[in-house]
Amino acid sequence: MKELLSGNQAIARGAYEAGCVFAAAYPGTPSTEILETISGYDEIFSEWAPNEKVALEAASGAAFCGARSIVAMKHVGLNVAADPLFTLSYTGIRGGLVIVSADDPGMHSSQNEQDNRYYAAAAKVPMLEPSDSQEAKDFTIKAFEISEKYDTPVLLRTTTRIAHSECLVEPGRRIELKREYKFERDPRKFVMVPAHARLKHVAVEQRMKALLEYSENCPENVIEKRGTDLGVITSGIAYQYVREVLPEASVLKLGFTHPLPIELIKKFAGMVRTLYVIEELEPIIENHARSLGLKVQGKPEEFRCGELSPGIVRSFMLGVQLPQESKAAKARPPILCAGCPHRGVFYTLNRLKLITTGDIGCYTLGVAPPLNSIDTCVDMGASICHAAGASHVVSKEKQSGMVAVIGDSTFIHSGITSLIDAVYNKANMTLLLLDNRTTAMTGGQQHPGTGKTIKGEDTFQLDLVQMVKACGVKSVRVVDPYDLEQTRQAIEAAVNEDGVSVVITQQPCRLIDRSTWKEPYSIDEEKCKVCGACLSLGCPAIVDRATPEKKHAPEINALLCIGCGLCAQVCKFDAVVASETADK
Amino acid sequence: MGHMKTYRILIVGLGGQGVILCSNILAHAAVGAGYDVKKSEVHGMAQRGGSVTTHVIIGEKVHSPLVEQGRADIILALENDEIERVKHYLRPGGITVAVPDGFAKKLKDPRSINVAMLGLMAKHVEIPEQAWLDAIKGALKEKLVPVNIEAFRTGLAEAR
Repeated sequence: MKELLSGNQAIARGAYEAGCVFAAAYPGTPSTEILETISGYDEIFSEWAPNEKVALEAASGAAFCGARSIVAMKHVGLNVAADPLFTLSYTGIRGGLVIVSADDPGMHSSQNEQDNRYYAAAAKVPMLEPSDSQEAKDFTIKAFEISEKYDTPVLLRTTTRIAHSECLVEPGRRIELKREYKFERDPRKFVMVPAHARLKHVAVEQRMKALLEYSENCPENVIEKRGTDLGVITSGIAYQYVREVLPEASVLKLGFTHPLPIELIKKFAGMVRTLYVIEELEPIIENHARSLGLKVQGKPEEFRCGELSPGIVRSFMLGVQLPQESKAAKARPPILCAGCPHRGVFYTLNRLKLITTGDIGCYTLGVAPPLNSIDTCVDMGASICHAAGASHVVSKEKQSGMVAVIGDSTFIHSGITSLIDAVYNKANMTLLLLDNRTTAMTGGQQHPGTGKTIKGEDTFQLDLVQMVKACGVKSVRVVDPYDLEQTRQAIEAAVNEDGVSVVITQQPCRLIDRSTWKEPYSIDEEKCKVCGACLSLGCPAIVDRATPEKKHAPEINALLCIGCGLCAQVCKFDAVVASETADK
Repeated sequence: MGHMKTYRILIVGLGGQGVILCSNILAHAAVGAGYDVKKSEVHGMAQRGGSVTTHVIIGEKVHSPLVEQGRADIILALENDEIERVKHYLRPGGITVAVPDGFAKKLKDPRSINVAMLGLMAKHVEIPEQAWLDAIKGALKEKLVPVNIEAFRTGLAEAR
């Protein structure tokens, strides 16, 4: 019976059915649920790796031994894993190796909008792109087959709308591969010294020719013949929008998108009077079609930015004016959750007016008003390097005005080498390591600092204090970020020290452990002087019912408040009171 | 099944109100009733604090998992303030199902308002009651099922 599965769940199901036995990932929206789902299959060894490069390397180790292996990451994760990717293209594999790249057009939860189809071209590996959950499952299985047939890693590219949309999927049986997994020596294949790699590059070029042949005739690239007036070449989620908006158009649906077919596209072009390419983000298929000398139209340039939608396709294909969002809608940008243990840190940084180099995680939301205390955010682990690099060029006085913040999971992902660099090269900086014992932004995944594996089994717990000290940091303070005074004192003392100092704030993310929730606070209106101090915390549980007569009228929403007590600490008039039942 | 009607539905609310659960129940009820279904939502930073919208499209054959602006048949709100944000999605003549005044007070557990709102919307969508009940049972922990079925029925009664 068909089941409703997200694209991510369907990829996991596909890996299971394909006889995959190894899976690794670092969490990243919109890819996270792939490994979360796979971890439920006992037949597959699964792991959260410290980062995407490690995940791909571990998966390739298993694939070298003949095991079907899968690795999943968000688009920017593939930047981290690009180093092994480009040379794995040369070595090839023994067991099928599938690399899922989940792109995020529209940047729902990302720092850029890169189109990872370029990676397939750059690394010279085949790419498959499903257009719904059924194809996500089917193409995953197909990707393993292509990987083994052509001796290459295969990129399976999804986008947020494929990854997080649910559609009906027909589940199938798992293939049990009767293989003995072992490493057979073959230095010419696996040892990429220049002499071997030169031969391999030639082999890769030959493989590309064979893959082009496949692309011309494969069941993933199909012509759907309807009218002859309009033909649309499309792929991925854009295919669904084309079917929705232009039901009469003939379609060349490309599921195998690298290398792109040549003859098939020419044939399709010959079947229709007007030829369009409708694709999300970069004009890759469009440019390819132009390079074949075809007269083709693409989407207007403005839609190269942002996520495509059926409404956008209707607007430029049929000239329909789209209704616009009401200006009266309340802006609700993402913010730190009520009770978030990071809030006290950013409140303190704001008070101390420190410039704060930031990193990737929930705490990037410290940039939002009224906390306004994140000044950079580029990539995983960069916060430490930004502060260290700056400290080598700014004056001594300015150095103590800067700190870096990084989360526990991000520190383990890419911050450790950054910290080693800072100490080794004698930077003058303070690092705030915000340890909330989880990978919070992606929904709370385990990592080496939690002491649990993806399956919840106990394992070695990386001690962050020891880790920081091993990097050479002499000054390490551990504080409770729910204690504002303690947090302020520690940060002030640390920034006034020479060299690299670290303050580790320890409180678990409130979303992963509800037993830490306390009774809500409330505001005693008699005592409240409406000074607005509590509102400066930017807590979503504190609502300002201000009126033209009253500048502030803070009120605590008891449904959202989980009793962290920060507002009680910032109130000078003791107007924020714990409920009588509060567990103090 | 012959020709089934297509329903394009947006569910809106705030984080923590159970928008996702609500859309899961709707999607599974529609599957139980024999429809093709697609449902779309976003995770990660987009989910932190604030507005949550899910798109659920049910019909004989569904292509896009996203509803287009100006083409939604129904907007179901768990938080009436959020209707403003998505009302441009509604087609002319489309239906907005908003939370009635004092509705939460009619429920044994105010947290079941998401399921109660499905009851309030149910008359606008051709899904048999049994499919709704099965979907509620499938989506919730056993101990929460009775209170939510009661909430669903409260919604049905309110709509009459």
